Amino acid sequence: MTTPPSPPTTAPALPPTPTRPLSLSRTTATATRVLRQLSHDPRTIALLMLIPCVMLFLLRYVFDGSPRTFDNIGASLLGVFPLITMFLVTSIATLRERTSGTLERLLAMPLGKGDLIAGYALAFGALAIVQSALATALAVWFLGLDVTGSPWLLLLVALLDALLGTALGLFVSAFAASEFQAVQFMPAVIFPQLLLCGLFTPRDNMHPALEAVSDVLPMSYAVDGMNEVLRHTDMTATFVRDALIVAGCALLVLALGAATLKRRTA
Amino acid sequence: MNYMPEHSSRSPEGHGHDPARPAVRAEDLTVVRGTRTVLRGLGFTVPRGRITGLLGPSGCGKSTLMRSIVGTQSKVTGTLDVLGRPAGHPALRTRVGYVTQAPSVYDDLTVRQNLDYFAGILDPGRAAADRRRADVTRVVADVDLTTHADALAGNLSGGQRSRVSLAVALLGAPELLVLDEPTVGLDPVLRRDLWALFHSIAADRGATILVSSHVMDEAERCHRLLLMREGEVLADDTPDALRTRTGSETVEEAFLHLVDEAKTDAAARTKETTR
Repeated sequence: MTTPPSPPTTAPALPPTPTRPLSLSRTTATATRVLRQLSHDPRTIALLMLIPCVMLFLLRYVFDGSPRTFDNIGASLLGVFPLITMFLVTSIATLRERTSGTLERLLAMPLGKGDLIAGYALAFGALAIVQSALATALAVWFLGLDVTGSPWLLLLVALLDALLGTALGLFVSAFAASEFQAVQFMPAVIFPQLLLCGLFTPRDNMHPALEAVSDVLPMSYAVDGMNEVLRHTDMTATFVRDALIVAGCALLVLALGAATLKRRTA
Repeated sequence: MNYMPEHSSRSPEGHGHDPARPAVRAEDLTVVRGTRTVLRGLGFTVPRGRITGLLGPSGCGKSTLMRSIVGTQSKVTGTLDVLGRPAGHPALRTRVGYVTQAPSVYDDLTVRQNLDYFAGILDPGRAAADRRRADVTRVVADVDLTTHADALAGNLSGGQRSRVSLAVALLGAPELLVLDEPTVGLDPVLRRDLWALFHSIAADRGATILVSSHVMDEAERCHRLLLMREGEVLADDTPDALRTRTGSETVEEAFLHLVDEAKTDAAARTKETTR
């Protein structure tokens, strides 16, 4: 800056825009912003898209001798990947939003908490659709994953899982003061669900106490839903129940996450 | 409200400068953070259409006071009215612009993308797209970053990033600008230019500016000063009046004079109470 700035041209004062709990244009503006941020980070996008595919590929040849095991675990993993990756991405993104001061700035503006959360869910949901579509296509067409039902239903469960991961990440980031802590929440929140969701052994083979715990963990229903699609041609009642439970959990945790966003902080 | 005709907005004093309706009015304002009382029963007013400097050593409660005015500080008691409404009222969210001490922008977005987003929050909807674009172009020019509009905020220098943060606060022409140390780490030329910008915003638009600084030489550029120390307001006056009252050459001397005075008073009070 060498010359003093010219007097600012006067802009018309903004018409009063009420802060509603959810505004479509503010939500899409937020989703666009999150996707634009990611677009400046191609390495993260590449990792998000490739890692599930590489893992499935690896798994296919780990179980080279028993395609049946690959079917079981592969289908379950299609539901687990979006949950884990979206959990990680969201918890770090929200933590950065909190620590960089942008969250405080946004909440001092007419942005509804619902707009912010729905914006994140929308952006990461879109990302999860691409990620799951790639992984599902690879598994079904190239790795010979034997799915009786429609691959579209696999994709639907994967999307719900991604939403659940986004919701959990958002919620947990409120309790993390640093990236170190946020990353440690991954094993704390995800690993127990991974162990108990029926991926390693059917849930009814577990100790009754653990089975009871697994009954209240949302990932169990995500994996159950995937297995329903694997075994049945039609959309079964159990599948609908599982999908609804995962969706319900995602919405519940999103609401809890919204409650952690405070306009006034100490 | 008492309306005094001699202070109407047509007075030669300036645009929108109406002491009967201050931009900010605080009475017995107290803020507790954790176990510490950061602000102790403050009472002051910030006149409209004027630049008020908030000065004091670091840790004296300047940022907490600014956060309270913007409505992001919790545990605020007492009276705090901003533009005629209680601080933090939802209707104020488009009328108050706020710049935090550390630049709060997205490092992984370009300058323009940052501003596009915040403009979309302030003035949403597809119908407003043209108005938003004009507004973004205007504020980028105001902080002189037009040539850097497509650079990532994270790749800019510290001073440039804080100007992006300032540009966000200028979006939508707010009536009150709360600026927390906006000139820290800037070179003298930039600082002079930003102060010229603040003055033209106050003069042309009649906007009120509350700007904090711990650099006392910036005080001379303000219309009014609030001097703070340890959560209390030491003085609320014009720079000239402060210097005259304390018989000092500079605002810095005046401040030190007032600090010593406050210490003597406090010592006298303790003596009285122990007696």
